[in-house]
Amino acid sequence: MDRRKSLKALALGTVSTGLLLDACKLADKKEAGADKVVAKDSNADNPTGINRMKEELAQYKEETSYTFFTPEEMATIAVLSDIIIPKDDVSGSATDAKVPDFIEFIVKDMPEHQVPMRGGLRWLDLQCYDRYKNAFTDCTKDQQIEIVDQIAYPKKAKPEMKQGVSFFSLIRNLTATGFYTTEIGGKDVGYMGNTPNQWNGVPADVLKQYNIAYTEKELKECRSFS
Amino acid sequence: MGKFQIKVQPKKYDAIIVGSGAGGGMATYVLANAGLKVCLIEAGPMFDPAKDSNQLKNPWESPRRGASTKFRPFGDFDGCYWGWEIDGEPYTQAEGTHWEWWRARMLGGRTNHWGRISLRFGPKDFKHKSIDGLGDDWPIGYEDVKPYYDKIDQLLGVFGTNEGLVDAPDGIFLPPPKPRLHELFIKKAATNIGIPVIPSRLSILTKSINKDRGECFYCAQCGRSCKIYADFSSSSALIIPALRTGNVDLITDSMVREVLTDREGLATGVSYVHKPDMQEYQVTGRTVILGASACESARLLLNSKSQRHPNGLANSSDVVGKYLHDSTGADMGGIIPELFDRKRYNEDGVGGMHVYTPWWLDNKKLDFPRGYHIEYGGGFGMPLYGFNWGIENLNGTYKIKGKQKEAGGYGASLKEDYRYFFGAHVGMAGRGEAIARKDSYCEIDPTVVDKYGIPVLRFHTTYTDYEINQAKHMKETFSEILHSMGAVITWGGDDTKANNYGLHAPGNIIHEAGTVRMGDDPKQAPLNKWGQAHECKNLFNVDGGMFVSQGDKNITWTILALSMRTSEYIVDQLKKNQI
Repeated sequence: MDRRKSLKALALGTVSTGLLLDACKLADKKEAGADKVVAKDSNADNPTGINRMKEELAQYKEETSYTFFTPEEMATIAVLSDIIIPKDDVSGSATDAKVPDFIEFIVKDMPEHQVPMRGGLRWLDLQCYDRYKNAFTDCTKDQQIEIVDQIAYPKKAKPEMKQGVSFFSLIRNLTATGFYTTEIGGKDVGYMGNTPNQWNGVPADVLKQYNIAYTEKELKECRSFS
Repeated sequence: MGKFQIKVQPKKYDAIIVGSGAGGGMATYVLANAGLKVCLIEAGPMFDPAKDSNQLKNPWESPRRGASTKFRPFGDFDGCYWGWEIDGEPYTQAEGTHWEWWRARMLGGRTNHWGRISLRFGPKDFKHKSIDGLGDDWPIGYEDVKPYYDKIDQLLGVFGTNEGLVDAPDGIFLPPPKPRLHELFIKKAATNIGIPVIPSRLSILTKSINKDRGECFYCAQCGRSCKIYADFSSSSALIIPALRTGNVDLITDSMVREVLTDREGLATGVSYVHKPDMQEYQVTGRTVILGASACESARLLLNSKSQRHPNGLANSSDVVGKYLHDSTGADMGGIIPELFDRKRYNEDGVGGMHVYTPWWLDNKKLDFPRGYHIEYGGGFGMPLYGFNWGIENLNGTYKIKGKQKEAGGYGASLKEDYRYFFGAHVGMAGRGEAIARKDSYCEIDPTVVDKYGIPVLRFHTTYTDYEINQAKHMKETFSEILHSMGAVITWGGDDTKANNYGLHAPGNIIHEAGTVRMGDDPKQAPLNKWGQAHECKNLFNVDGGMFVSQGDKNITWTILALSMRTSEYIVDQLKKNQI
């Protein structure tokens, strides 16, 4: 099968059309109508957009049929996730990337996170109430950062704050993994794959940077593209 | 439930094939192309990678961002249905022993997601008892299998290079992809300490081989199965082409219960339960070919008891289920400070490593009898669930852009850290040969059935010092390679004798083999050298069950070669009316 046909076959069999149709057009500039190819998935009737067994669809339906976190808990998660991943020069914030929605889903999918998250959120509110007579979300920005500073650094945190450290490490990890697996986060970290291409080896400037080179044997034997 | 009845299919086939993975798929392909009428029975649903693959889906298209579930233990986009557990289909363990059993339920079986690592056995791998006195020799040698390796190299496609290594024989290879950056680092570091690193051998099409299958477009997602059939899956490369001959009736979602035999003890067909309607069926054929997986094929034989075969079919030797073994496995990972803050580019490459290390030492000088090869990973992988997890263990340890930071943290500074470390990780995995032993086995659990009423397997598998010492050696080697490349070990570095040096439980590497082994002596082996049952000449096994041992190689390429060899033998015997 030639490359042009391969890419067309690919476009016909997937929902992620944008990239593919571009690739298809690049490979097939002359053929009219390539951009009119309609995407079709073999189980397009499932709401997830990805191939699922019926048992997986049942699980998805169950997990999305109820809400785990209370509105107050969700508000706290939103504030914390934006403290962890704020908007900066490179990319948007955790809430821009809908990280709280991901956390809501993932604790239902991975029930082992439920108690540490729920308990940690309550622990945080009680710490704030003791110090500032307010729940975390009702504290001032400075107060929020003051308490976060006491649980964000595992090695220098006081012993009596260790439960908070565990909680903050968990929500930092959930926030990071939720953020960098979105389009915004993937671009931020610079992941450039997941698109049809021709692997022609490490770019020349990178080889030079690390003072490393392909051997003659490799250049002779390996697949090359001009 | 209404009146119980068994529906007998009227059509008589030349062959009933149970299971559609590498072994069953190859048998289907060979027999159908020889003009024989085949009934292929698969326990799971239809699966065509062209339509059903999750290839090129983005991480956010999975609500769990590609995390694993019990339905897809290798991640939400993975191309294999089920894995370590299947609802309603339990298996049990004898006390004090452990086996992890991966079961696929879909057309093509595990080949839809496997690593495509396609290694020929070498001459020694068939005759290891003659070398070290352990296990048994095969009744065949490399010279018997070589013509079939040559044929499948060309029929299915595999890249690699001819290195002239006796134990990693040359083949008919497509060009391999160039090494990635971390692979060049590994190659340099390992070579410096005397460990060879050569291009890997994967059944991925770096060049087109026929009109039906595309050429690899380097997305690194072979594990999801390939929409353009640019890697080998039994579904895409064997069964779907075989269906086009018109000679194959495919029955999906059906669990075979028993191989049926007549008064003479010959196989007449199989009985099965069709899962969607829970109805019972029988289908008849001139031959029955088992490719259900080493353990499922053993289970089927042990459950096929009759007057002529009171100990289970083809089992008067009492060897069915015995000699069950898997590849050994141990792993380690690290981070390469030299790669911090790397320039970004697309380095997906093919789905898997571009280089590997074949076994390079002489076991006579070591405290374990068999070798292992090393698989490598690393680089700019797609961010999926777990990505950037545990930054608090990393960002206080290294200077980031010249600055020493406190571990943990948050905010813009933390975002900088994540960028800084991306693409600097590297991992390595040893995959070695375990000794097949009679006292490491599976059997029918006398008290437990699955939801279809089929008695289930009970596992009784253990490792000995041979495997444990090998794992220790793997760990020492990985540590040396990592140090040689200036990497810092981040995981897998603190294993000790107490946890068998990180040796994975048997079964975990998913190379089950040995349960229905071949041998010239019917008292010692259920199958003859053709994969044909000594006691039932129209019954064959074409999966990992027939293996006497499995070398330090992944077994799929040899399953395919041996299945092709057995299938050609069946065609010949049927045409001569010998069976």
